[in-house]
Amino acid sequence: MSTTANPTKAFDVVNIRRDFPVLNEQPYGKRLVYFDNAATSQKPTAVIQALVDYYTRYNANVHRGVHYLSQRASDAFDSVRGKVKDFIHAADEREIIFVRGTTEGINLVASTYGRKNVKAGDEVLVSAMEHHSNIVPWQMLCEEKGATLKIIPMNDKGELILDNLEQLLNERTKIVSIVHTGNSLGTINPVKEIIKRAHAKGIPVMVDGAQAVAHGSVDVQYLDCDFFAFSAHKMLGPTGIGALYGKLHLLEEMPPYQGGGEMISHVSFDHTTYNEVPYKFEAGTPNIADVIALGAAIDYWNTLDREAATKYEQELLHYCTEKLSVVNGVRIIGNADNKASVVSFVLEGINAMDAGMYLDTKGIAVRTGQHCTEPVMTRFCIPGTIRASFMFYNTKEEIDFFVEQVEKAISFLNP
Amino acid sequence: MSDIQQVENEIVEDFELFEEWEEKYQYIIELGQKLPPLAEEFKTDDRKIKGCQSSVWLHASESDGKIIFNADSDSTFVKGEIALLIQVMSGRTPEEIINAELGFIDRIGLRQHMAQTRANGLASMIKQMKLYAIGFQHKTA
Ligand SMILES: Cc1ncc(COP(=O)(O)O)c(C=O)c1O
Repeated sequence: MSTTANPTKAFDVVNIRRDFPVLNEQPYGKRLVYFDNAATSQKPTAVIQALVDYYTRYNANVHRGVHYLSQRASDAFDSVRGKVKDFIHAADEREIIFVRGTTEGINLVASTYGRKNVKAGDEVLVSAMEHHSNIVPWQMLCEEKGATLKIIPMNDKGELILDNLEQLLNERTKIVSIVHTGNSLGTINPVKEIIKRAHAKGIPVMVDGAQAVAHGSVDVQYLDCDFFAFSAHKMLGPTGIGALYGKLHLLEEMPPYQGGGEMISHVSFDHTTYNEVPYKFEAGTPNIADVIALGAAIDYWNTLDREAATKYEQELLHYCTEKLSVVNGVRIIGNADNKASVVSFVLEGINAMDAGMYLDTKGIAVRTGQHCTEPVMTRFCIPGTIRASFMFYNTKEEIDFFVEQVEKAISFLNP
Repeated sequence: MSDIQQVENEIVEDFELFEEWEEKYQYIIELGQKLPPLAEEFKTDDRKIKGCQSSVWLHASESDGKIIFNADSDSTFVKGEIALLIQVMSGRTPEEIINAELGFIDRIGLRQHMAQTRANGLASMIKQMKLYAIGFQHKTA
């Protein structure tokens, strides 16, 4: 069976919605409008079923048993590495490490590659729109090493300013870690260009792909990034699992992350030799069920016409942006030219949480606050935003209802 | 029954009129809109309880052995919660405040609607009220 994109279904949102059972839920007896996809996506039946199947039919530890169930579990588990490889177009299965999610992927790189290569006086470069999980691990590393965290700034539209990139990429810079698609404003960054310019100076680049993988195809070889991390739960898969991609030669040189079973080759009390990449970085019993369900999520993506799905999400984005921007009292934050299906906005004089709760009473799920990007809010001098983020299973009718309710929230909260 | 419990019971009775979360939400917002704002001079950092999505300023003063609370927030919903807490807690003796169990918050079904961050905000507000009461108690002892 080929796992490469081979769309069998034409893009049809009515049909697609049937694949996501949670969309039939009725919070407080109202129709659910789920616009919190940037926090986590909903799961298709195929993913839920993969979890149930594993636990009901072949639950066993992998790579350890000689028995039937273990063999079956190991086969199912092992096949997913190849699916992830194809999903992000890596060159080699060994370049895929299973981690808990984006956060762990970044922490892994910071504490192995980073610890080994970043020294006192060095610099680590991130951007002004990073999620806290792509700030704090580097900050911790810099503190430990006496290095400095440097920031690529952002303009009023929520786009990175690359004018001073040449100075920011200097002989002290040991690694760049940058978000592909920002979660609070939706900005899609020109990561390929940044990578090219960093590589011209011999500096490796890590990409935070948490949002990017769900809103367009990712090709790590085309990007030429050195590391790339994403979380399954944002791309239709389960929570608690994700993948870290790293170029093979870098992974081979890196020290291990955690110690334990699976990651070793020989152990004695005098000396331990480590297993090969990728197992060197996967200590302990892996998250078998969720890896298998991540495989089911990738299978699901492969049945979709992904280009059409992304195009449809862009339509939703523009539809919502147009409708919201003519509502009195709405100010959209983040107007990048290249944007994923995220609309972040503030209501003049109204606390974002109050508005979010109003929408909740109507069955609408949005996120309010800082979205784990406090520096972005500081940059725009706002305490937080209301964020509606769309997935290909959302509809224009939902947006109509949403905008109507935003208008009602404004008049209710602003008497 | 203590005065505090009586006021709590009255609040619970008020909320029994509402079946839906939507109605409770609207009622709390209305309470928040009616809560008199705290004078700007009292909105200082030492009176500020910083929450994740909203801030609260809590000012306490004493009159005749009773503690008077005034408070404000940048969230109208939180102001509504403050209004309820003030109904229960303001104008009481330090002992009453320290011993208040505030079971009404669960009984009106508010906690289930509060994400953890917000519930913690309410909790820190209550804690701050009790700390003031302890402070006043020590001052007069
Ligand atoms: C851009 C971005 N980076 C990193 C993360 C962290 O992902 P996780 O919490 O799944 O590790 C998120 C998710 O909130 C995100 O949107």
